[in-house]
Amino acid sequence: MSNASVLFDAPGPRARRLSRILSVVTAVLVVAGLGWVIVTLNTPRESGGITLPGMFDPSRWDIVLDPEMWGFIIGVGVWGTLRAAAVAAVLAIAIGIVLSLLRSSEIAWIRVPTAVLIEFFRGMPVLLMMLFILLVAGTGQYWAVVSALAIYNGALIGEALRAGLVALPRGQREAALSVGMRPLQSKMLVEFPQAFRQMLPIIVAQLVVLLKDTSLAYIVGYPELLRVTLNNLGSYYGNRYLFTLWCIAFVLYLAMNLSLSWFARWLAKRTDRRFHPAKAAPEPDEDPNQALLVADATAAAREAEGRRP
Amino acid sequence: MDVVIANLPLYLQGFSVTLLLLAVGGAGALVLGTVIAAMRISPISTLRVIATVYTEIVRNTPLTLVVLFCAVIVPILGSRLPFIIAGMIALAVYTAPFIAEALRSGINGVPIGQAEAARSLGFGFTQTVSLIVLPQAFRMTIPPLINVFIALTKNTSVVGGVGFVSELFGVGRTLANAHGDAVIAILIGVAFFYLVVTVPLGLLATQLERKWVVQR
Repeated sequence: MSNASVLFDAPGPRARRLSRILSVVTAVLVVAGLGWVIVTLNTPRESGGITLPGMFDPSRWDIVLDPEMWGFIIGVGVWGTLRAAAVAAVLAIAIGIVLSLLRSSEIAWIRVPTAVLIEFFRGMPVLLMMLFILLVAGTGQYWAVVSALAIYNGALIGEALRAGLVALPRGQREAALSVGMRPLQSKMLVEFPQAFRQMLPIIVAQLVVLLKDTSLAYIVGYPELLRVTLNNLGSYYGNRYLFTLWCIAFVLYLAMNLSLSWFARWLAKRTDRRFHPAKAAPEPDEDPNQALLVADATAAAREAEGRRP
Repeated sequence: MDVVIANLPLYLQGFSVTLLLLAVGGAGALVLGTVIAAMRISPISTLRVIATVYTEIVRNTPLTLVVLFCAVIVPILGSRLPFIIAGMIALAVYTAPFIAEALRSGINGVPIGQAEAARSLGFGFTQTVSLIVLPQAFRMTIPPLINVFIALTKNTSVVGGVGFVSELFGVGRTLANAHGDAVIAILIGVAFFYLVVTVPLGLLATQLERKWVVQR
C-alpha cells in the first residue's frame, strides 16, 4: 500500500482541474492563515496602559545583530547540548552492547534480571531518572543528564541489539559452533557484528531522539541551548526578547535534528540496499519506537518457532 | 517508605492529573493525527505537502520547546489559558505526527493486492478505503498506537517538569524537596506509578504485535 495511487482513478481532465483548484484554494487558505498569525503577532498591544510593540517589531529583534549573544548561544548553549548528547550517545551504545549480551545469555540468572532491568528503565520517564540521579547520586547536573540519557537509551539500544541477535538465521551460530568456536566466540565474532550492522538504523534513529531529549536538561538546570536562550539570555535582555530567543532556539534545534535525521535516513537506505540488494528499498520506519516494536516481535516469533519441536 | 505512605493522597492526586493529561492530550492527538494521516494520502497535493512539512517540523522539535511555547510565550501574547489546558494542547500537537505515522504504517501494511482487487471490482476511493483497507489496517495499527501512548505517558512528565502543573513528576519533585532524607523512596514511588501504566501497555503491544507477525 505504499503506492497510494491505486486508491483512486487516474484523474480525467475534469478531476484534474478540480484537484488543481482545490490545491490552489487550500494553498491560498494556508498562506492567508499564516499571514493572519503573523499580522496578529505583529500588532502592538495595550497592556496596563503601556503599548507593547508587535512581535516582529525591530525593537524586539535588534539583539540578532549582537555578536556577543551569538557567541554565548553557540559557545555555551549549542556546545552544552552537543557535549551532553555526544558523551551520552557513546555511553548509551556501550551500555546497550553490554545489556544485549547479558540479555541474550544462556544463564537464566543473568538473563532474567537484565530483562526486568531493561523493562524498568524503558518504562520510566527520562526526566524522572535525571532528577533521581541529580538528587540521589549528587553528581552535578551535567553527569545527571548524561547518565540518565545514557541509561535510558542504552536500555532501548540493548533491546534492539538483542532482537537483532535473535533474528539472525540460526545457521550462522550452527556454522560457527561446527568449526569449533566456543559459544561466546560465536556470539562475539560471528553473531554480534551482524546484529549490530542490521540494527544500526534503529540505533542512529534512537540517537536522534537522544539529541532531542537533551532539552529535558532545561528542567534540571543544566545550561544547554534551551536554558541558555530562554533563561540566561531571557533574563539578561529582559522579557521583551523572549519570543525572539524562542525562535532562535527553535531554528537551531531544527537545524541540528534535521541534519542528524537525514543522516539516519541515508544510513537506513544504504543498509537496506546492502542486505536486500534485489528488493526495491521500502520506506524505512523512522520512528525507532515502532522499528523496535517490529524487531522485538519478529525476535519473539523466531524464539517461539525455535522452541516448537 | 513512610513518607510515601503518608503522602499517598498527594501521589494519587498527581497520578489523576497525569491520567487526565494522558486522556485529553491523547484524544486530541488521535483526532489531529487522523486528520494528518488522511491528508497524507489525499489526492490533493497541497494537503499532502502541508501534512509532510508539519510532521517533519514537529518530529524534529524537542517536546520541551513546544511545552515552553505554550507555557511561556503564549501568555506573553495575551492568552489567559490555564496551564493545564496549554499543556494538553502542547502534548496533542507534539504527539499527533507520531499517531499519523502509526496509522500510515498500518495502512502501508495492507497488501496492495487488496486495494487493487477492490478497485478492479469497481469500488471508489471512499469504498476502497472504508470497506477494504481500513478494517484490515486497524488491527495492524493497534500495537504502534499503544507504543505512541506509552511515549505520551512518559512525556506528560515534561508538562509537570516545566513547573506549572502539579502532576506525578511535579508532586515527586515537591516531595523530594520537602523531605531531603527520603528522596530515594519518594522518587521510586513516582516511578512505580509510571510503570503501572507503561509496563502493562508495553507487554500488550508486544503480545499483539507478535500475534500479527506470526499470522503474516
